[in-house]
Amino acid sequence: MSKRLLRFTALGYLTLLLLAPVGMIAYRTFAHGMSPVWHALTTPSALHAVYLSLAVTAIAVPLNVVFGVGTGVLLARRRMPAGGLVNLLVNLPFAMSPVVIGLALFVLYGRTGWIGSWLAAHSLQVLFSFPGLVLATAFVSLPFVIREVVPVLEELGDDQEQAAATLGANSVQTFWRITLPSIRWAVVYGVVLSAARALGEYGAVSIVSGNIVGQTQTLPLLVEERFRDFDSTGAYSAGFLLALISLLILAAMTVLSRRKEHP
Amino acid sequence: MAEATIARGGRPVALPRLSAALGPGAAMLYLSVMVALPIAALASKAASDRFWPAITSPQAKSALWLTFLMAIATTVIDVITGVLIAWVLVRDDFPGKGAVNAVIDLPFALPTIVAGLVLMSLYGPKSPVHVNVVQSRMAVLLALLFVTLPFVVRAVQPVLLALDLDVEAAAACLGAGPWQTFRRITLPAILPSALTGAGLAFARALGEFGSIVLISGNIPFKTQVASVFISGQVESGDTHGAAAVSVVLLLAALAVLALLDVATRRMRKRHV
Repeated sequence: MSKRLLRFTALGYLTLLLLAPVGMIAYRTFAHGMSPVWHALTTPSALHAVYLSLAVTAIAVPLNVVFGVGTGVLLARRRMPAGGLVNLLVNLPFAMSPVVIGLALFVLYGRTGWIGSWLAAHSLQVLFSFPGLVLATAFVSLPFVIREVVPVLEELGDDQEQAAATLGANSVQTFWRITLPSIRWAVVYGVVLSAARALGEYGAVSIVSGNIVGQTQTLPLLVEERFRDFDSTGAYSAGFLLALISLLILAAMTVLSRRKEHP
Repeated sequence: MAEATIARGGRPVALPRLSAALGPGAAMLYLSVMVALPIAALASKAASDRFWPAITSPQAKSALWLTFLMAIATTVIDVITGVLIAWVLVRDDFPGKGAVNAVIDLPFALPTIVAGLVLMSLYGPKSPVHVNVVQSRMAVLLALLFVTLPFVVRAVQPVLLALDLDVEAAAACLGAGPWQTFRRITLPAILPSALTGAGLAFARALGEFGSIVLISGNIPFKTQVASVFISGQVESGDTHGAAAVSVVLLLAALAVLALLDVATRRMRKRHV
């Protein structure tokens, strides 16, 4: 009896907080049929927003994969100088508010900032343009790959790597043939998480983007602008597209976490 | 586990000397440029004689207070519901359990701005259930509960799975009721992981922006949280004020990270 009550409470909470609202957005989006949704998503500004979000993700995620795998190997395999500091810096993007991240970049690359004043003197621009979006996105998604990779490496130990070295493999061969294959599912899982965060990032990007339609407006920024302009079909259509992408990502996460546990 | 520790302490064999300096150097450089330098710039912007006036202005103070109160309320509710959901997912059995388990991660996958939109579609002005929380503190709490839902559940679930059922059965045999068994046997075992999840949820709640910005209505002294306040200050050109409040949030985030670090180290020691 009490078990049923607990189940009912837990599922009820999940329904009210999660399932019903997510279901509702699908209903709201298609309340007037398919064609308004199609129109809202094929306007030039919407198409550009989709393209921009994908382009930013396509640069920020590989950056974090290279950094994450490299630093992950260093943290797990060797006594890295200032390892504690490295750990702190790696974890910070998770604990920081996205708005604070955006503002930090805004201050550094703004006209009077340490780097910004140099950039301005050479008529280069980072804020309110593509590089700024990439920097903000790379910042917020930095921890994902490294945090997936380190525990797997620690769990594995380095017996196989030592064996490979004994048998005459150099460090590059050992990395490509032994280390990387053994952590590949952790890397893929980290990539999926990074991509999800990169595609959906709003807070940090909203500060550095300037939200210029057709130039620096990513998909989440488009959702916000359309909502504020009382274009609810436009907002819900773009929001639904993002929700659909995240459902795909969720499916990938579910499949991959099974793989990760039973490689 | 023992093997891993020995290997970690052992001498690296496979890495040649050049990369021995190059690797850590490159990693530190990337982290410095990407993370440390922007934070240093922010701190130096905030560090002026305007810092104290900026964070003690009535609007900033009220935004910071609301942020901390909401984060605490969110964390408390998360611990209770999170343990409950984890328990139901591990110990109970019902059709569709796999799907429910997968859906828990949805708030992590869903962009925050969409999370706000999603809540608004059901609990907004045109609510089909006639519940309109927009522009109220309830809206802020709802958004925070949505985005932090997975933390405690996912922290507690694996511990609950690994827990030996025999101990609980023994307690029941010795005459303990279900509630007594839970409080004396299960709860102490899952408490450390629940608190870790709570710490992460608290940090997230302190800084959350995207899901709150639309639904809260951004009313000063009522629903304006610190992150939304900062964004507004940036828009109106007051970078100093924004940086000052940001540093307060940043310090709070650092404190949570430090506490979590100490807590996990203690727990590890106890297990070894």
